[in-house]
Amino acid sequence: MYSPTIIFEALMNGLMLGAVYALIALGLTLIYGVLHIVNFAHGALLTVAMYLVWLASDRFGLDPYVAILVVTPLMFAIGYCLQRFIIGPASRGSDNGILLATLGLSIVIQNLLLAGFNSDTRTIATDYAFEIVPLGPLLLSLPRVIGLGVSVVTAVLLWAILNRTDIGKAIRAVAKEKLGASLVGINVAHVYAMTFAIGTACLAIAGGLLMPSFYVSPTTGAAFVLVAFTIVVLGGMGSIPGALIGGLLIGVVEAISSLFLGDSLGQIGIFLIFILVLLVKPTGLFGARA
Amino acid sequence: MLKAHNLTKRFSGLLAVDDATIDVAEGSITGLIGPNGAGKTTLFAMIAGFLSPNAGTVTFQNEDITGEKPHLRARRGLARTFQIVQPFAGLDVRDNIAVGAFLHTKDPAEARRLATLTAEKVGLGHELDKLASGLTIAGRKRLELARALATKPKLLLLDEVLAGLNPSEIRDVLPIIRQIREEGVTILMIEHIMQAVMNLCDTVYVLSQGKMIASGEPRLVCTDTAVIEAYLGHGAAARIKAEGAAHA
Amino acid sequence: MKKNFEFIAALAFLGVVGIAAIAGLPGNILNLLIFMMIIALTAQGWNVLGGYGGLSSFGHAAFFGTGAYTTTILQTSFGINAWVGLVCGVILGAAVGAMIGFLSFRAGLKGSYFALITLAFAEVLRILANSWDFTGGAAGMMVSINNGFAYLQFSDRRWFLLILIGFVAGGLLLTRWLERSAFGAYLIALRENDQAAQALGVDIFKIKMQAITLSAAITALAGCLYVQNFLFIDANVAYGSWISIEALFAAIVGGAGTMLGPLIGSVLLLGLGEITKSFSGGIAGVDLVVFGIILILCVAFAPNGIRGFVADLWYRRKSRGKAM
Repeated sequence: MYSPTIIFEALMNGLMLGAVYALIALGLTLIYGVLHIVNFAHGALLTVAMYLVWLASDRFGLDPYVAILVVTPLMFAIGYCLQRFIIGPASRGSDNGILLATLGLSIVIQNLLLAGFNSDTRTIATDYAFEIVPLGPLLLSLPRVIGLGVSVVTAVLLWAILNRTDIGKAIRAVAKEKLGASLVGINVAHVYAMTFAIGTACLAIAGGLLMPSFYVSPTTGAAFVLVAFTIVVLGGMGSIPGALIGGLLIGVVEAISSLFLGDSLGQIGIFLIFILVLLVKPTGLFGARA
Repeated sequence: MLKAHNLTKRFSGLLAVDDATIDVAEGSITGLIGPNGAGKTTLFAMIAGFLSPNAGTVTFQNEDITGEKPHLRARRGLARTFQIVQPFAGLDVRDNIAVGAFLHTKDPAEARRLATLTAEKVGLGHELDKLASGLTIAGRKRLELARALATKPKLLLLDEVLAGLNPSEIRDVLPIIRQIREEGVTILMIEHIMQAVMNLCDTVYVLSQGKMIASGEPRLVCTDTAVIEAYLGHGAAARIKAEGAAHA
Repeated sequence: MKKNFEFIAALAFLGVVGIAAIAGLPGNILNLLIFMMIIALTAQGWNVLGGYGGLSSFGHAAFFGTGAYTTTILQTSFGINAWVGLVCGVILGAAVGAMIGFLSFRAGLKGSYFALITLAFAEVLRILANSWDFTGGAAGMMVSINNGFAYLQFSDRRWFLLILIGFVAGGLLLTRWLERSAFGAYLIALRENDQAAQALGVDIFKIKMQAITLSAAITALAGCLYVQNFLFIDANVAYGSWISIEALFAAIVGGAGTMLGPLIGSVLLLGLGEITKSFSGGIAGVDLVVFGIILILCVAFAPNGIRGFVADLWYRRKSRGKAM
């Protein structure tokens, strides 16, 4: 069997990977909580963010972490425009319409990337990618430690935006009572687009955190999308603390099941959790609404 | 025919229906009235099986059906309409009604023939090929009624079929309801329009804040102190009486 | 009357395709037509549940792949006849459908939740097929070449196309029956409003179960036929999300919940895909970009697909004619 150190290291690795998962799920759950839509294009948008980080590094020599500062506003703008000018008008508010519009969008994005960058995997070489941080007997990878730190900071920032700013108040108002919010003069289409933009901007940060240790290809985001949905469903659709805890949990599950089952079968653990949660408690661990 | 006894329904702390009892005699038209938010629709939902009560029993033709699913109750002959009309928007009027008719025949031609007959009975005969989404409010109410009728119910639960209709439309629908009863269907109806209640009902139950506060003949119930106060507020009965005395 | 006209027009179209194939078509056109028919059949399966029942599945690959793997394994590992394999594939595919349906509908899943759980089931099957030995693992499986009707393989592909046309025509016939039957009326009723349907005595759980089983069986049949044509599968082909998406695209773009939708959708999308590919000089992905844009446009402007769009235009023109 494995020594406790290896298992504990896997656990820590899982936690750190889970933090980045949580960041991806945070965007998804925020969008669900406010717009009440399942954004199927979330994974494809993550791929876009990762490619932007890669481009910034490859063409302009920016460090991936520095690139976050450039890519985040860009992704924010992309998210805003997509919701305001494509998803919103196309779906006309129907649940099925949104599901299909975002599915169509994800296919368009994924294949535009395929046409533009072909299917090669791209990586960014950094000097610190394999740097190790010793923590007692454990050896932790530096990019993952940074990932954990930045994710936590982002989550706090997001919380502050929602609770301390005017747009945050508007977002919470729209999430609670759309009609009432529009009656007191809140522009719902704008708030929807802002929410979508914030959710998409989270992906830019996640993309920057992933790139030093991960690769990107046109289908990378698709691999993350079900993981992100699992986290969101596990944590309760629309619940921000749920997404954080769910993300960490799923990261640990993946790390542990990869350790015991190998990488390819390891993913099954996540899907089984997803199926189980949907079947047994679709409101998730922290969701209040049915 | 229907005995709903001591029904209670709680929604996380809120007591929507509190120990309410209602008996519907075979062949009667029984009314259920009460102020807004009294719990009438909740009571209906429990009788039709869409909500399960926290306490109490529902007996239909001497059989306990308290835990039975709605579609099984429909097969027993217990049909309901919805207060907020629920047409199958993508189907035309004939096929909407045929969904009800399929309960007794699996033959599509026969079901559509029955649907046509039922549509004519409620005055939708000239709109059979229209999509349900294209009907007026009055048309949708009639459709709601026709669909329930097509299941050949023994007991018909009508949830505010007259609400939203103008006076002339109401005058058109009243004889239809009376005709349904003539054909042997027992009716339990929630209604706000007192003209209709006085006109149609043999017995009236009054629900207020989840409790059954009165029942009996419509004319008697209307002068009941508790009933007047439930609608108009505390002390209203005394004021009305005083005004009545002053005028006399 | 209108539905009769559509049915006859569709049969006539299939007949013309068949006759043209017999008369002689270039090989690449023949291959395209074969692929169109396979996708049309897959989409016809999807349409029963997603179109008429309003339960959009994102994971019809689960049924397609089960059909494909079943017939392949039976033929290669057990030497069983292809037609028997096909029947077993359909049965097993239907069983997988019934199982997924039982779990999901018991839990009351619909809308996005149902879409996501079907996707997750298909992914689980893909990962399993990719790692198990008896499915050939990541290397996939080949069906050995044995030409002849008994093997459901033909050196002359025209015969295969004719068989496919027969199945697609069967799908049309089934849909036509569905539109008239009590089952179809119940299915549409629960799509439009499940509470009202229950109030009218519809056992919505039973109807949904029947719908997913039938839907899965048809899509599994398409999976079996896919293998008989291409003679190779691996986990990403059989259980990959591409087929779930093709099925959904074809049905929705053509017109979900209509008899002709899946056929119109698959012919149009794949035809358009070929044209795009030839214009773009074979850059991978361009055809799917076009598909995605068409899907979004359909959601925005033609919620009833091309069949609904054309029918609306037709109806409007006729009513305008009457007014004048």
